Amino acid sequence: MPGPYKETDLTERVEAFLSDLKRGGSGTGPLRGSAETARETTALLRKITAQARWSSAGDLMEIIRKEGRRMTAAQPSETTVGNMVRRVLKIIREEYARSRGSSEEADQQESLHKLLTSGGLSEENFRHHFAPLKANVIEAINELLTELEGTTDNIAMQALEHIHSNEVIMTIGRSRTVEAFLKDAARKRKFHVIVAECAPFCQGHEMATSLSKAGIETTVIADAAIFAVMSRVNKVIIGTQTVLANGGLRAVNGTHTLALAAKHHSTPLIVCAPMFKLSPQFPNEEDTFHKFVSPHEVLPFTEGEILSKVNVHCPVFDYVPPELITLFISNIGGHAPSYIYRLMSELYHPEDHEL
Amino acid sequence: MIFFKEVILGFRYWVIASGWCFFRRNVNDRQDDIERAKTEGKELTKEEKQRLRKEKKQQKKNKEKKDEKASQGSEKEKKSGSLAAAAPQPPAKSTTVKTPSAVPAPAPVSVPSSLEAPAPVDKPSKTKAELKAERRARQEAERASKPGKKGEPGQQAASGKQKAPPSELQPVIKRLPEHIQVDNPDVLKKLAKKLERQQVMGLNPTKKIPLRLDYGYKVSLFSHLHQYSRKAPLTQQLSIPSTVIHPAVVRLGLQYSQGIVAGSNARSVALLHAFKQVIRDYITPPNEELSRDLVNKLKPYISFLNQCRPLSASMGNAIKYVKKEISNISSQCKEEEAKSKLLNCIEWYIKEKIILAAKAIAESSIEKINNEDVILVYGCSSLVNHILFEAFEKGRKFRVIVVDSRPRLEGREALRRLVQRGISCTYVLISAVSYILPEVSKVFLGAHALLANGYVMSRVGTSQIALVARAFNVPVLVCCETYKFCERVQTDSFVSNELDDPDDLMVTRNGKTQLESWQEVPSLGLLNLVYDVTPPDFVDLVITELGMIPCTSVPVVLRVKNVDQ
Repeated sequence: MPGPYKETDLTERVEAFLSDLKRGGSGTGPLRGSAETARETTALLRKITAQARWSSAGDLMEIIRKEGRRMTAAQPSETTVGNMVRRVLKIIREEYARSRGSSEEADQQESLHKLLTSGGLSEENFRHHFAPLKANVIEAINELLTELEGTTDNIAMQALEHIHSNEVIMTIGRSRTVEAFLKDAARKRKFHVIVAECAPFCQGHEMATSLSKAGIETTVIADAAIFAVMSRVNKVIIGTQTVLANGGLRAVNGTHTLALAAKHHSTPLIVCAPMFKLSPQFPNEEDTFHKFVSPHEVLPFTEGEILSKVNVHCPVFDYVPPELITLFISNIGGHAPSYIYRLMSELYHPEDHEL
Repeated sequence: MIFFKEVILGFRYWVIASGWCFFRRNVNDRQDDIERAKTEGKELTKEEKQRLRKEKKQQKKNKEKKDEKASQGSEKEKKSGSLAAAAPQPPAKSTTVKTPSAVPAPAPVSVPSSLEAPAPVDKPSKTKAELKAERRARQEAERASKPGKKGEPGQQAASGKQKAPPSELQPVIKRLPEHIQVDNPDVLKKLAKKLERQQVMGLNPTKKIPLRLDYGYKVSLFSHLHQYSRKAPLTQQLSIPSTVIHPAVVRLGLQYSQGIVAGSNARSVALLHAFKQVIRDYITPPNEELSRDLVNKLKPYISFLNQCRPLSASMGNAIKYVKKEISNISSQCKEEEAKSKLLNCIEWYIKEKIILAAKAIAESSIEKINNEDVILVYGCSSLVNHILFEAFEKGRKFRVIVVDSRPRLEGREALRRLVQRGISCTYVLISAVSYILPEVSKVFLGAHALLANGYVMSRVGTSQIALVARAFNVPVLVCCETYKFCERVQTDSFVSNELDDPDDLMVTRNGKTQLESWQEVPSLGLLNLVYDVTPPDFVDLVITELGMIPCTSVPVVLRVKNVDQ
């Protein structure tokens, strides 16, 4: 019977994905980019939609929420997983509302009037069964997947609007988005790139070799020299791990220093981030914001005698407040940090912020 | 035509007449005249200037006819120029007055000198001898009283000394150090020639100081600086035994270039110890004076050390001091006596400027360290470590956060020393500094040099820490002895810096070295800076042995020091 096979196959896929997430986050396994994670998550959610047993939109949403909670618990720092789950939930809501023929989707904002009059009405609405709902949802998820595949190219296409010739551009660490952005601009313009190596993982080295192979004049500097060379830099272009709901960033460590140095020299700071990195989280929760990896990256075990008497920290992320950022470049264009909250309200439904 | 001639003749008579008047005035009360010129200021001199411009024209015409008298007059002008320079003059005229003494040419004659010029032209015989004698006596007196000045030609120093505040009138055109002019091929040729000249006289040219070659691709922004490889120290090119360079200095050069001796205090102390050894082994050759010959002997050593690793500001000041002490040795002194005197001077310098200064700084810093403080330090500064040890001995309870950076990783050394003493420490890399700063209550930084415009020159990364600390409103304190104060000015970290071996940036992670073949990729460059400058608005306080001063008071301290010397 196809039923049980499908189910076991599905659970296997989910388990494999979860263990991948858990391993990938510790820095030892092969590092996967956020775009890959987003694509895999969406593909998995499509599979769940296709193969799991559900009769109404409400059921589907429950199933997806449950899986989503498991996936985010496996690797809390990988926010793209949660973002994709929320996107899919929003898709389901929209398709349901369209099937019902109501125009509720137009009134997404919670006006005071609506809060007082409608209350918990929206909950019950998802119990109706609509036959074409499954097909519609899967079609919408396919559209989402196509959008995901084109994000890097969309961002790279905007490169020539922002980079002029003979510029000195600074970046930190390794971001595939920024790499594609700079390589696209290098086809037509000549400029110089300075890469801060971002210890202790030194991902800047990979970025520099890749850029120099594309013919871009690259210089690698140590993290300590960021402020020293900043006075000669025209633009700072960085990638990020997450864009927070207030327009701030959760980026690789060292980015806050870079942003402060850029602010001091009034150098524009441009963040290249596709829309799937936008997360409805705020930076308030101290204990869940930071992620730490093994301190042997910072102080190796060869320093044996002093290791037991010393506290060593190796944080992975930095918080960058929105005041330090000049521009966000995403696959739907450029935005100021103050506009991010609006984009978020269009991507996710407020009730899905807490999975 | 006739009209012109009459005018000229008339001028000449007028000139002689006025010159006569001037002469009488000069003979009777020259001092009053000079003092009047000083007190009445510019207005008087403007009139005189106009008059004397006309006189000059006359004199030039007289020259064509009376050559002898004209040459005598120009000599007079030169001497009266230096005499006028001897007397205190308003600063506006000072720069023009100095040039006659340094550049003996009759053309750029300044006002006061030409004031006295007509007199000698008219009555050469009697007054010329008097003036000459007086001037010679005055110059001898000046020469006896002047202390050594750095790098300026002796005449300029002589005339410069007489001005009341010497620092106002230093010549603007200084010699640029060669180590920041690498992109200029003429400078490199000059350096090569200088190294050739600085060998012991008469030996064959193979025994000279070799020129160290640059290594690797240099980032275009820094093409004016040297970039050496640690694997090719200068000592490999020296022949053994090297009779040009004293072995203690060779060893020191090797220790510098390999990074075994690092840190400005350590380097200065090592340098002074090496100099002590050189002085102990020194024997004055016959027919030579110790004071002059020893200084000449030290020159090739200093060039050699400069090639191994560019001299730091503290080393520069120490060398200046040693050279001054050597040249102050009188010729009557016997060799043994002179040598012991020099050794004592050097020991006094180390004791006073480094050891006792560190004690004084530690005492004043302890007031700034309270119980339950969390202190952030960067890298390994001997002075900051000393302060922390002293505070811990005195019983203050605090903990330390040591921030470190690649590729030097000097913070590990500081960490070891602090942990050995029992101070509780935390260790992070510089990219994590904005994570750890909310916990910090004070930042203590060491300095390599303090520049005259208030900027702090220190290990690369210091300015970054000060920037982030300022953003989090954490006070930044810089600790620096006064012997590291430098008269240079600098606003960015590019013009005068040091480039370290670029291969240090390579790292092997998980068995893979990303940048292994960076030399083969033409568009890839590695930059390993050593120093950077911190603007004074990031620094809240500078602690020196003279007290706690703001960053902007550095030129005041320099001035006080110069006057003392």
